[in-house]
Amino acid sequence: MRARPLTLGQRLTLAAPYLWIAAFFLAPMLLIAKISLSHSVLARPPYEPRFLPTDSLSDWWAKAQTLTFDNYRALVSDSLYFDAYVSSLAIAGVATLVTLVVAYPFALAMARSPRAWRPFLIGLAAAPFWTSFLIRVYAWIALLKDEGLINNALMALGLIDAPIQMFATNGAVVVGIVYSYLPFMLLPIYAALEGQDAGLREAAADLGASPVDVFLRVTLPLSREGVIAGALLVFIPAVGEFVIPDLLGGSDTLMIGRILWNDFFANHDWPAASAAAIALVTILLVPLVLWERARLHEGQERR
Amino acid sequence: MSPASNLVRRAVLAAGFVFLYAPIVILAVMSFNASRLVSVWGGFSTKWYAALLENELLIQSARISFAAAALSASIATLLGLLAAVSLSRFGSFRSRLLFFGAVHAPLVLPEVVLGLALLSCFVALGVGRGFTTLVIGHVTLTMCFTTVALLAALRGCDPTLEEAAMDLGATPARAFALVALPQIMPALASAFLLAFTISLDDFVIASFATGPGATTLPMRIYSQVRLGVSPQINAISTLLLGLVAIALGLSALAMRRAKR
Amino acid sequence: MSAPLLSVQGATKAFGATVALDDVSLHVGAGEFFALLGPSGCGKTTLMRCIAGFETPDSGRLTLRGEDLAGVPPHKRPVNMMFQSYALFPHLDVFENVAFGLRRKGEAKEAIEARVGELLEMTQLAPFGARRINELSGGQRQRVALARALAPRPALLLLDEPLGALDRKLREETQFQLKEIQRKTQTSFVIVTHDQDEALALADRIAVMRAGRVEQIAPPLDLYENPATRFVAGFVGETNFVEGVVARRDGPVLQTSFARLPRATCALPEGARATLSIRPERIEVARDGAGIPGRVEDFVFRGEYTLLRVRVSPEIVLRVGAYDGRYQIGDEVKLTIGPEAGVLFAEEA
Repeated sequence: MRARPLTLGQRLTLAAPYLWIAAFFLAPMLLIAKISLSHSVLARPPYEPRFLPTDSLSDWWAKAQTLTFDNYRALVSDSLYFDAYVSSLAIAGVATLVTLVVAYPFALAMARSPRAWRPFLIGLAAAPFWTSFLIRVYAWIALLKDEGLINNALMALGLIDAPIQMFATNGAVVVGIVYSYLPFMLLPIYAALEGQDAGLREAAADLGASPVDVFLRVTLPLSREGVIAGALLVFIPAVGEFVIPDLLGGSDTLMIGRILWNDFFANHDWPAASAAAIALVTILLVPLVLWERARLHEGQERR
Repeated sequence: MSPASNLVRRAVLAAGFVFLYAPIVILAVMSFNASRLVSVWGGFSTKWYAALLENELLIQSARISFAAAALSASIATLLGLLAAVSLSRFGSFRSRLLFFGAVHAPLVLPEVVLGLALLSCFVALGVGRGFTTLVIGHVTLTMCFTTVALLAALRGCDPTLEEAAMDLGATPARAFALVALPQIMPALASAFLLAFTISLDDFVIASFATGPGATTLPMRIYSQVRLGVSPQINAISTLLLGLVAIALGLSALAMRRAKR
Repeated sequence: MSAPLLSVQGATKAFGATVALDDVSLHVGAGEFFALLGPSGCGKTTLMRCIAGFETPDSGRLTLRGEDLAGVPPHKRPVNMMFQSYALFPHLDVFENVAFGLRRKGEAKEAIEARVGELLEMTQLAPFGARRINELSGGQRQRVALARALAPRPALLLLDEPLGALDRKLREETQFQLKEIQRKTQTSFVIVTHDQDEALALADRIAVMRAGRVEQIAPPLDLYENPATRFVAGFVGETNFVEGVVARRDGPVLQTSFARLPRATCALPEGARATLSIRPERIEVARDGAGIPGRVEDFVFRGEYTLLRVRVSPEIVLRVGAYDGRYQIGDEVKLTIGPEAGVLFAEEA
């Protein structure tokens, strides 16, 4: 496609969102990229150097000399950061898998329900998404605590003698993520399954495939796009999650969102936090780019 | 479908909906518990709701949250509409890819990173944080959602209708206003509601973007929740859940009526 | 005919208040090309889905090679189906689509490759084995669907509107291919179609269905020449319906509003109301001489003949096939309907 010049009216239409995005998204992102190369000082803002419009060009040059990659080196050498990245990826990965295992049969059951029921069912499944995320996470505290409802119920049934510790564990964080992000997995898988031509399953059965074969050879492979989209929609925000590990996790639950938060608010180490943020974004871009490339590749193959 | 697989299907549906709704329902029931303890039912009581009415701080922050949500959702819907029009109707202009990427990026960006970036920017510019910065933060967060929703709606519109209007003598802008806009009215409404809900719900961006004078409801709830389960929080949560339930019910009714 | 391969006895099926199959009985012989013909909603698709195992008849019996099919799931029936939408697997290439049924049977790798190769050859798809389904043209997809359904060597092949999605020219070409493949493979084909030309061109025998019932089962020529009901006469081929009253005094005659039409044979009693179905090409047309006078109102050039619309009375227009002569609008003509031509039906109650 060739770019073409816009008319004045089009320019004016585009200007407002473009300027907003530039001022409040692109510029701030560039700023933290720059802060990530600075070093921490006790001041406000708590980093050096600062490039001021009143500086001369030579001042800027001198200041640019002091920029450093030390903060990025620290990300790798400091075990706190490194462990937090690994554990964030692990927790998000496990949570994504569990979400998939919960969401797939649920989505399948909805997609196979009578057509007239489907809008109602999908609406009912998506409705919690409209309610407060914070409240939904909070609801689990009352369930998971030592003196919470699940432990009480299990003890009342005589299944356990003493409460199992569920609250303030990594497991609780996984449960919280699964619960909060279920709609993000559910909807794309449902869309993929609902759009499938029932004739394909009949054709497979007609050609001798047992119901299990039909699922493994037709239904599952044809829902791949939905599964991948759902997994990304859960995994990516889960890696950077702050609220869930902070509320449901233990003091030893390491997640990068939490470390960032503490560095920023408690330690006032903005350069370190910025470097961690930039690194996080880079890590999360990898699966997205791979996915996009795979889609492009497939698209070309089909042409 | 065989009766056996039908039974399995229903069981899966039941289990799924229990998982989705049980925690919320239990929370709502507990808000009427006279006892302060989670595990003991001390009889039915509305005293926690009465206590809410006297909690000036909570009421104040609720006001701030609703005001910020209404204002930021309006701005985000307008900006989202302009962005969606640009992306769907202007062909491939220069720097479209940058614009497209930047508009969609906050969708996948961890909220903590966006909050951090905004706060750094406000501090670097020497802007005092408060209600205004809160709204700016929420517009930036929600405008990607409104853009995506409106872009999908605009792409779903039949372009020949607008072409027909232009063929009959309307300028492109008038053709858009007279033909496409009425078609995407439902999408505009749902984009606004989505932005409103996200803003009302947001805790992370608000924590970075707002200042001492403008503490939002989620921030107030959060600081109490960190101290453990509190019946008053159950009560305000139930109120918010009820509000959403009513809104969803009304919109479902409206949609059914519109279909007829 | 030898012992029937497929036998349907008294099959009945209702969906709620709609009766899709009403006491349907028919037999399909080994190696036969059989067609189920009827307008949409006549139950032909339901019958086919019952044979494939996707629907269960409410009552009646289906047997294949003498074995009752009740309770046998689709994947265990030696019956394959070519779907109207083709239902080709988009995530598999052409080769794997054709091999799908063979793999489910657990056949050896070499056997599968040989069989798939053979079928791709037969359907002229040999160079396309590695293609994805969405890289194929409509005609190619149609042939993949056929090859896939034939691959597991079914005892019976069901074809649901197999040519419906093809354009006219391709359809004719494909008809010949389909017949040739059926002869080569010696498989029984049951084709479902609403297109009478297709049924007449392909099938050894045709069952015409209407509102869940079988109206007539006959070879194409019999169906055309001797339709059993007025519906069959109207549905298969082009025809004129002429209404009148039977008079028998001086040999049987159909007295119509515009002419007396003598009949060679007539089983109906004196005074019975009846309808004559007469094909356009069975009405003779001449410029002059004896016959029913009429005036050419309109004509359509059809290549080998010209179809005339001839008004014979203020209310009645007959369609007439003229094989020679040029006619203009307004020409006066004389029509002759021979006593042997056409079929007489009693007025339906």
